[in-house]
Amino acid sequence: MNIHEYQAKQILAKYGVAVPKGKIAFTPAEAEEAAREFLAEGNGVCVVKAQIHAGGRGKAGGVKLAKSKDEAANIARELLGKTLVTHQTGPQGKEVKKVYVEEGCGIERELYLGFVVDRSTQRVAIMASSEGGVEIEEVAERSPEKILKEFIDPAVGLQAFQARKLAFGLGIDKTLVNKAVKFMTALYNAFVASDCSMAEINPLVVTKGGDIIALDAKMSFDDNALFRHKDIEGMRDLDEEDPKEVAASRFNLNYVALDGTIGCMVNGAGLAMATMDMIKLSGGFPANFLDVGGGANKEQVTAAFKLIMSDEKVKAVLVNIFGGIMRCDIIAEGIIAAAKEVGIKVPLVVRLQGTNVDQGRKLLAESGLNIITAEKMDEAAEKVVAAQK
Amino acid sequence: MSILVNKNTKVICQGITGEQGTFHTRQMVAYGTKMVGGVTPGKGGTKVDDIPVFDTVDEAVRKTGADASVIYVPAAFAADAIMEAVDTGIGLVICITEGIPVIDMVKVRRFMEGRNSRLVGPNCPGVITPGECKIGIMPGHIHKQGSIGVVSRSGTLTYEAVDQLTRLGLGQSTCVGIGGDPVNGTNFIDVLDLFQKDPETSAIVMIGEIGGSAEEEAAAFIKKNVTKPVVGYIAGVTAPKGKRMGHAGAIISGGKGTADEKMKAMEEAGIRVTRSTADIGKTIAEVLQKV
Repeated sequence: MNIHEYQAKQILAKYGVAVPKGKIAFTPAEAEEAAREFLAEGNGVCVVKAQIHAGGRGKAGGVKLAKSKDEAANIARELLGKTLVTHQTGPQGKEVKKVYVEEGCGIERELYLGFVVDRSTQRVAIMASSEGGVEIEEVAERSPEKILKEFIDPAVGLQAFQARKLAFGLGIDKTLVNKAVKFMTALYNAFVASDCSMAEINPLVVTKGGDIIALDAKMSFDDNALFRHKDIEGMRDLDEEDPKEVAASRFNLNYVALDGTIGCMVNGAGLAMATMDMIKLSGGFPANFLDVGGGANKEQVTAAFKLIMSDEKVKAVLVNIFGGIMRCDIIAEGIIAAAKEVGIKVPLVVRLQGTNVDQGRKLLAESGLNIITAEKMDEAAEKVVAAQK
Repeated sequence: MSILVNKNTKVICQGITGEQGTFHTRQMVAYGTKMVGGVTPGKGGTKVDDIPVFDTVDEAVRKTGADASVIYVPAAFAADAIMEAVDTGIGLVICITEGIPVIDMVKVRRFMEGRNSRLVGPNCPGVITPGECKIGIMPGHIHKQGSIGVVSRSGTLTYEAVDQLTRLGLGQSTCVGIGGDPVNGTNFIDVLDLFQKDPETSAIVMIGEIGGSAEEEAAAFIKKNVTKPVVGYIAGVTAPKGKRMGHAGAIISGGKGTADEKMKAMEEAGIRVTRSTADIGKTIAEVLQKV
């Protein structure tokens, strides 16, 4: 799960990570009020930042400086309701529904700091780079030697010496190294305590006043751990997610929207991906990834079917089930129930294999539905691609 | 012979009194697996069918002499269950549970350092040596005794491959599901090493998917250490970047971990890679004819 910058900064501040003062604004008037407060006590400048779940906001004109409260209100007026297109939003862009107004700061240096769970070492890893404000993937591609790494032993947590190594490695002035150590330690604590999958401070800023603060913050969380973080789950912004993916998550279905025309319903993530790949090999393209899971019930299958049929791009549907725990007769019942409820207006190819396959096929055959059946995966993919034309 | 489990393997089930635990314990017994006990804290002294239930893994292992434990405990408690099993020194721990928080698994891996147990999973279908021992949730009836070793990150995709092999008359020595999580126990390399050393395994099917670099690392290992023929398959050619495809570990992040990269690394290591799921069985048959 992803959250907005202002939410990430709220969480980080709770753990003692240094962040600039800021206020969220839904209207130009709120932005003006926040700017008035920060301009009065600060250094005469504040920043108005569009809040969307995508990087690259600065380059796309979503982050602007304001020197007066009127200017802040005008920027907010311009940004709110605007569709911002960045290299991460895709061409359709994302609508800005709120802006974050922050006190300005004098920037001395911009650095990069990122925390991830490293799959190879199976530990939390810190990546730091002197190239702040640049995407880490770009730095990794161009000059990998500029990325410093430390791996953290979960038994003892981040040690001061590790943070010092990174701080000195980044060329942080020796008088500020302790502040950097404090910053990294707080960030590690926030990462582990809130079950992050990624936390990125880009840029991490050394200010002219000698502070080390998070100018931007991006956090994403392990969906599997949200059950123990109701507060973080409450920060989910459904406006930022694909409506079909939101609907799928209500039924515990794994759904990812794609650009093609063939709807897929499959049990198991691996087989679901393989089915998509088979469709492509046969000359078509999948409209979605949909895993109904190992123990899906009739209601879930019905919901899955409705979801696929709600996609207007879908010209044909392929159901591919290998019944292990999931019995083929349960799937057949679901398909029949959904067909009766929503009506299937496009060709439907069903490939059942595994436990209770004969009962499943019998149920489908006796249902009176117009179903194209297949026994093998390549056969099923070829039939569904042919059927959509 | 086979790897990891055989007809003598004595198995306990953690979470045996839960719905999944009871259901799959019965399935395993029906297959012929030696289920010698179960564990549910607070239910010690009771029985599931005629299998004794204990309060702790420690007691279950001491009283039954179990060699392996299979875990069906809910995700919130599964990391604790794995560590409880590992702490007894039991040889093999197989965790079926899906949805364990990654940070919990990071701690589990650290806890396992210096201890002797092998973990398979989590978020996996388990391990089966056909005709001898089934530990997990796979449908036993699609398997057949034989000499093909199968190792995979996916559940149903493995069943698909096994089904193709069986239909072609190609039985399996052992099938190992290593699971779809980003932080897990046994990896491809561990299993490939075991298959290479197992005299009964003549060829290997390796099924990977997008995300991480385990397949690339396995390919490098195969090039150096595996002389048996390997057929590879990678799921997720059509998967978009940055989206999690069902499995927690199946995500292309920062442009890394794509199917194409993995297939390239595997082909360069001399692995016969098939792009069609439907051809996994056929490809193994072709490879075996050449040997």
